[in-house]
Amino acid sequence: MSTLTIEKLTVGYGDGAPVLDGLELEVPDGGVVALLGANGAGKTTLLRALLGLVPARSGRVLLNGADLTRLSTEDRVRRGLALVPEGRSVVVELTVAENLRLGALWRYAGRKHSGPAREAAVGQMYELFEPLARRRDAAGHTLSGGERQMLALARALVGEPDVLLLDEPSLGLAPLVVAQLLGVLRDQAEATGLTVLLAEQNVTGALSVADRGVVLSLGEVVADRPAAELAADPALRHAYLGF
Amino acid sequence: MTEMDPAVERLVFLMSTGLARGAVLALFALSLVIVYRAARAVNFAQAAMAIVPVYVAFAVTSASGSYWLGLASALVVGALLGAVVERWLLRLVPQDNPLPGIIVAIGLVMVLQAGLAIAFGPDHRPVHAPFSQRPFDVGGVSVLSPYDLFVLIVAAVVMGGFAILFNRTSIGLQLRAAAFAPETSRLLGVRVPRMVTLGWMLSIATAALAALLLVPTGLGLDPHAADVLFVNAFAAAVIGGLDSPVGALVAGLVVGVLASLVTGYASAATAPLAVLALLTVVLLVRPHGLFAAREARTA
Repeated sequence: MSTLTIEKLTVGYGDGAPVLDGLELEVPDGGVVALLGANGAGKTTLLRALLGLVPARSGRVLLNGADLTRLSTEDRVRRGLALVPEGRSVVVELTVAENLRLGALWRYAGRKHSGPAREAAVGQMYELFEPLARRRDAAGHTLSGGERQMLALARALVGEPDVLLLDEPSLGLAPLVVAQLLGVLRDQAEATGLTVLLAEQNVTGALSVADRGVVLSLGEVVADRPAAELAADPALRHAYLGF
Repeated sequence: MTEMDPAVERLVFLMSTGLARGAVLALFALSLVIVYRAARAVNFAQAAMAIVPVYVAFAVTSASGSYWLGLASALVVGALLGAVVERWLLRLVPQDNPLPGIIVAIGLVMVLQAGLAIAFGPDHRPVHAPFSQRPFDVGGVSVLSPYDLFVLIVAAVVMGGFAILFNRTSIGLQLRAAAFAPETSRLLGVRVPRMVTLGWMLSIATAALAALLLVPTGLGLDPHAADVLFVNAFAAAVIGGLDSPVGALVAGLVVGVLASLVTGYASAATAPLAVLALLTVVLLVRPHGLFAAREARTA
């Protein structure tokens, strides 16, 4: 069971007005939730606050009922939360294989003979993302944009998180690559019961893989409905998503 | 057997001595690279921080009569000093710009060197090498001394150890990731502050080892005994690319041999100028150093 619960979360920068104000949201176990909204709606801030990269002014973040609020970013990750941040967060000085090994570090932690099991987990990612297998010894900085985003996603998946948070994985990528990435994401969610919160500007793509859509506007949830219903509501789309 | 040409004999001797001095330089340059990687800053207090453990080693060796006990204590004290300075001094300094850290480091140099002079006196203390410094005689040619050989072996073992640590272990992977991309590393569960402290510990222990190996070949132990080593090793680290352990190794050996040749054929006073000239030429041709990371793909 891996339910992510956000209770009355308030986050702001400096003395300014809060970017998120008393936000309430629950991402159920195995659910794929699309987080939608215009620029400045607070999507990135929410994801960063969930990982503790931005301190919360008040409110709580719970993973399976356990309070994460006081934990450091590193400990939240080790508890099963993973974030693929915006902008292809590959460590460009390391190779593809090293990036993946880094993602797998805490998997099977504390178990005996975890090395071969981790290698096998990395091997699975190469099967999932064929271009990465071909370039496993290439340094991160030689990868194309699409390959980098693949690597960022693979590196998050190889750690087998309970809840995966993605910030605009489609940014700047060709439609074909986006479709491929989102397809892998949906397959993984179906196969492993992975819980996903997907922040996207690409509304159509996000709603096609999500089972629920949440629209943020000025730091508040203004709509929370099944994905198909949201995709079919022109008034809502027009009001908050601008098309 | 025919007598060797005296000129060739002299060249062989200078080259081999230069290699041994270069190995010490390379070790010290490596320590600067490690701390640069961990903290993204040049540690201007490296020489003073390296000489404190050498004093401890000197005291331990004098008291116990064992060189090896002294060497081990230098490594331990170096690592502890690195941790203490990073955790309780530099971490308190604003990190958003490098200047406060540099000023604090220079202040630390003054405190440490003055403290040593107060505690032990400002005079040179003669330090004995654990092995003879009389060169081997190979076919009538003077080459390395047993102590030079010891220095080369120690340097090779330490370099090899670091290569394995950085490239083959989980801790090494975390150290590198934390140095290159701190925030991404935190998002992958790496405890970045702990990695920074570990980097400082490894760096100062290595610097202390280099200073300990150097002292018997110089005038002896005094609070400034590692100062010239720092200057030359800094030049070597910059020539090598500041971010590259391999660069530190290669440039350290090159600078060592160059300084030895210039000292032998010209004068000791000219050697620092030659090192500076080499540094200038390398930076003119390759501004980021010989082994700096190649340009990243941006499209």
